[in-house]
Order: sequence, then structure tokens, then C-alpha cells
Amino acid sequence: MSEVLALTGRQMTHLRRTPEKIISVSLTPIAMVVILGYLFASVISVKDGEYHDYVMAGVFAQVGLACVGATALGVASDLRAGLTDRFRSMPISRASVLFAYTVADLVTAAAAMGAVAGIGLLVGWRIHGGFLEAVAGFALLLGFTYAMLWLGVLIGLAMRNMEAINGVTALALVLFSFLSNSFMPLRGLPGWLRAVAEWNPVSSVAEACRVLWGNAPASAGASLPVRHPELASVLTLGVLLAVVVPLALRAFRTAAAR
Amino acid sequence: MEFAIQAEGLKKRFGDHEVLAGVDLSVPPGTVLGLLGPNGAGKTTTVRTLATLLAPDAGRATVAGYDVVRRPREVRRRIGLAGQYAAVDELLTGRENLVLIGRLMGLGRRGAQTRAEELLDGFGLQDAAGRPSKTYSGGMRRRLDLAACLVASPQVLFLDEPTTGLDPASRITLWQQVREQIARGVTVLLTTQYLEEADFLADRITVFGSGRVIAEGTADELKRKVGDERLEISVERSESLDAAAAALGRAVSEAPAVDRETRRVAVRLVDGIGGVARAAAELERSGVPVIDFAVRRPSLDEVFLQLTGTGAQTKESGDE
Ligand SMILES: Nc1ncnc2c1ncn2[C@@H]1O[C@H](COP(=O)(O)OP(=O)(O)OP(=O)(O)O)[C@@H](O)[C@H]1O
Ligand SMILES: [Mg+2]
Repeated sequence: MSEVLALTGRQMTHLRRTPEKIISVSLTPIAMVVILGYLFASVISVKDGEYHDYVMAGVFAQVGLACVGATALGVASDLRAGLTDRFRSMPISRASVLFAYTVADLVTAAAAMGAVAGIGLLVGWRIHGGFLEAVAGFALLLGFTYAMLWLGVLIGLAMRNMEAINGVTALALVLFSFLSNSFMPLRGLPGWLRAVAEWNPVSSVAEACRVLWGNAPASAGASLPVRHPELASVLTLGVLLAVVVPLALRAFRTAAAR
Repeated sequence: MEFAIQAEGLKKRFGDHEVLAGVDLSVPPGTVLGLLGPNGAGKTTTVRTLATLLAPDAGRATVAGYDVVRRPREVRRRIGLAGQYAAVDELLTGRENLVLIGRLMGLGRRGAQTRAEELLDGFGLQDAAGRPSKTYSGGMRRRLDLAACLVASPQVLFLDEPTTGLDPASRITLWQQVREQIARGVTVLLTTQYLEEADFLADRITVFGSGRVIAEGTADELKRKVGDERLEISVERSESLDAAAAALGRAVSEAPAVDRETRRVAVRLVDGIGGVARAAAELERSGVPVIDFAVRRPSLDEVFLQLTGTGAQTKESGDE
């Protein structure tokens, strides 16, 4: 436990000394709020509500997606600096080192979501629901982000190369947020693509938030993630964590800088 | 515990490249083993295996009495590792780096702080202790790195090229710090490209070549393997070469080698100072004007070049 505290403390010091990290993970989402929620809001319309309400849940999820790259880069840079070797040559548990990355980056993500929420409020986004539902929505988003952080840890350990990590995670950010209902209801997509997008955890998390927040949910369809987005989110995230965490621990055991 | 570090038949391959082809090492407690070898010989791979970072494909190794594969945690409690590149957290200050390691090694917050101050003093880093370590010079980073692996007072220390890239003054400072550890009874395994470093720090030297041990011994033993001490003299004029050779021959009862071009006569010394004294006396008696009179030992560099087979190339290029 004291290991986790010490290592998380180290990460928090990093965050205090390089707060740019918060900006780097909130940049794309904020741009989305401004472009879609403000500039395009008047030309795009959704059923049962305002587009600037609809778009926010997906934008919050995008913060979680952006954290994949940020976390992976942090992990890879420790690997490159030889710090991972040092930690691995010490009598501490593997899990505590990786856990510390995810705890600290969850704080980064929360701060970034705060910034995104601020901009959202400026363009007119409001939560139309109770306090508990509002909190539940953010808790789900943080849960989603947490799964993304472990994915980032795995990618950082497995890919090691900074440029490659940058490329792959940037692509994943675009792919996962546009292959979801983040910005557009999925009605228009052809069958198989629609199934993929519906099962994309970004879709179910965003949809669950929209339901909780009264933000123009788009539910139409018969599949499980559409009818029970909260259930589908918990399910997909649980499976993701169950796969990614052991893989990350294994990658850490054999990690080498090259 | 007979040996602080012991390895038997360590093997490791990466893809189809056999990096360790059966490495045997044994280092008695409280001694220093220097690992020499050309680039890519497998020194770092050996160190990483012994420090539990890399699992060997075959063979076994114990460090501080524990098997590196089966009891890695026990090994990790007792070792300090300074890798080939200084591993410091650049965003943390020097002090924070050391406190972090101390807390991770279970010294507690207070204990870690006390230990950090001791090491900062000992390594002359007190003035820079409050600065982020990314502002440190290469030498300071190295010192901080070494300090970091000493936080928990390890029994066994692995130093992978600890002074590469340091200026001579920083190198000597670092050597002194390593010597202090040696004086405390720490066992050290040191890899290096600098033969004088091995000569200065190591009790025994192991020479690596493509993943195996090709020679082992003290620095003196290795030097003797390559050749004995030689007495070399130069004379002013080539006419006196024969007289000089005859004089040396009488002194050591062995035919000297004569190099007419450089006007030099060399002879193998077998009985040390006695041979030197007789040679001087014979030369004096023969009245040959000698301009240089020197005892030469093969340097560790010569040993290294000869053993690792890079010597031939060097000689060829020297002849061109
Ligand atoms: N993780 C790895 N994957 C593939 N090859 C590797 C790996 N680690 C080391 N090697 C190869 O193993 C060989 C030995 O490497 P090693 O780092 O042990 O050599 P070294 O003796 O420390 O060399 P140097 O003096 O250059 O530090 C090299 O050819 C290197 O390319
Ligand atoms: Mg090396």
C-alpha cells in the first residue's frame, strides 16, 4: 500500500510540474464542443432535444479515449528512461507500479472533464435530471476512462516507440469516437457497421449518460446496448478490464526498453 | 554462502541470435568482478539476467544465495542496479528521486528522508538536491543513479558501464564512491569498456566474447597470459645493436629480439628486478651508449585486443 502511495505521489508531482498533460487530453474534446456544440448546433438536429446537449456525453467519453495515448506515452517514457528497469529490480509488486499510473491519470482525466464541462456549459449544455443521476453519469464516464487507462498502460509497454504510440492512439481516438453514436445517432448506418458501433463501449457509455442526464437520448433499435446502455457499458468495460489488466501485468514482467 | 553471485550455463537468445551461449560466473562475497567485452558481447544481457529483469532460456543463477528465477523477490531485496543508462526521474528533484526509492524499499517516509540526505551529502549532490534532475549534467545524473541504487544498502551491486561518458575527474569521483562500497563488504559486478577501470576497481576480470567467457583471472594473470614483462632498450647507432644484444643475452641467458629499423633490442624478463639489474650492469660494462631503457608490461588493452580477436585488425591497419 505504501508503494502505491509513493508511486502515485510521484505521478501527482509530474502532473503538478507538467499540467500541459491536462490540456493535451482535453484539446480535441474541447474543439468538438466548440465546433459541433456551438458552430454546427443550429444545423444539426436530433429528436427530443438540443444537439449541444446530445453531443456532450460523447465528448466526455472522448476525454477517456484521449487518455489512452497520454498514459501510453508516460509508460513508454519511463521504460525508455530505465525507470521501469529500476522499479522491476526492486522488491515491489508489479501491480502497484501500473496501478499508480492509472490512479494519477484518472485525476488528469477528471480535471480535463471539468474543463470540458465548463466549455459545455458556456455553449448551452445543461443536465436535465437529478443530482444523483448527474453523478452516476460522471461515475460511468470515469469508469470508462479507467478501462482506457489500462489499455494505455498495455499499449505503452507493448509498443515502446513514442512515434508509433502517437500514431496508433491518435487513430484510435478518431476511430472509436466516430464509429459510435457520440456525434450522430446510428440510425443511418448499414447493418454490420451499426452493430459494431452499437457495441462500441463509447456508444453505450455516451447513451447511458444521455439517458441519465436527460440529454436527448437517441435510443432506437432492438439490440442489447441500445435498450440497456448502462448494462452494456458495465459489461463491455468489465470484459475489457478483465482482458487488458492481466496482459498489462504480463507485459510489465518482461518489459524491456527495446 | 560461498558465492555472492553464481551463474552456471546461462543461455539466452533473441530470435535466432544467441546472445548468451552458456555463461559461467562466480563472485565470492565482498569482491569485485569486472566484466569486459566488445560491444554486443552480452554484458548487459548478463547483468539484466542476474538482476532478475530477464529470464534465461537455460542455466541457473543465484545472487546473494537466492535463485534469480525462483526467488526474484529475495534477490531484489539484496541488490542495487545501475543500468547502462542513468535511470532517474527527470521531473523529480534529486532529493525526491532518492526519497521515492527509499519509500519503495520500505524505509518509511522519515527513514527515506534521512537516507536521502546522507546520500546527497556523500555524493556531493546537496547543492543541486532541490532542482529537477533533468537540469543535471551527465556526471551528476550518474552519481544520482548510483546513489539511488545504494538507498537500501544492497549486498550486491550491479554496475553496467558506470562511467561511460564521464570526464576523468567525475570518473575518479565515481570510482572512489564505488570503492567505499567495496570497503563496506559489498559484492560488485561491474561491466566496463575502460580497461583501466577494471584494473583499478576489479579483483578479478572476466572477458566476454560473443556470449561466452573467453578468459578469466586477475588483471595480472590476464596480462601474463598475453606475455611476460619485457626489457626494451634503444641505442643511438645501429652499429652498437649487436654489442647491446650480446650484453642483454648474457644478462638473461635468452636470445634477445633485435629490431634494426627502430634500433631497439627487447628481451623477455623472467626474474623481475634481478634481470633488470644484471642487464644494466652488462650494458654498462660493454660501454654501449643506451638512450632508452624501459621495462614494459603488456597493458590490459593489449590483453583485451588479443583475447577478443580484434587485435589482428588493429595491427593490419597499423601497417598500412
Ligand atoms: N531485447 C533484445 N532483443 C533483441 N536483441 C537484443 C535484445 N537485447 C540485446 N539484444 C542483442 O544482444 C546482443 C548483446 O547485447 P548486450 O546489450 O548484452 O551487449 P553488451 O555486451 O552490453 O554491449 P555494449 O558494450 O554495446 O553495451 C546484441 O547483439 C543486442 O543487439
Ligand atoms: Mg551493455
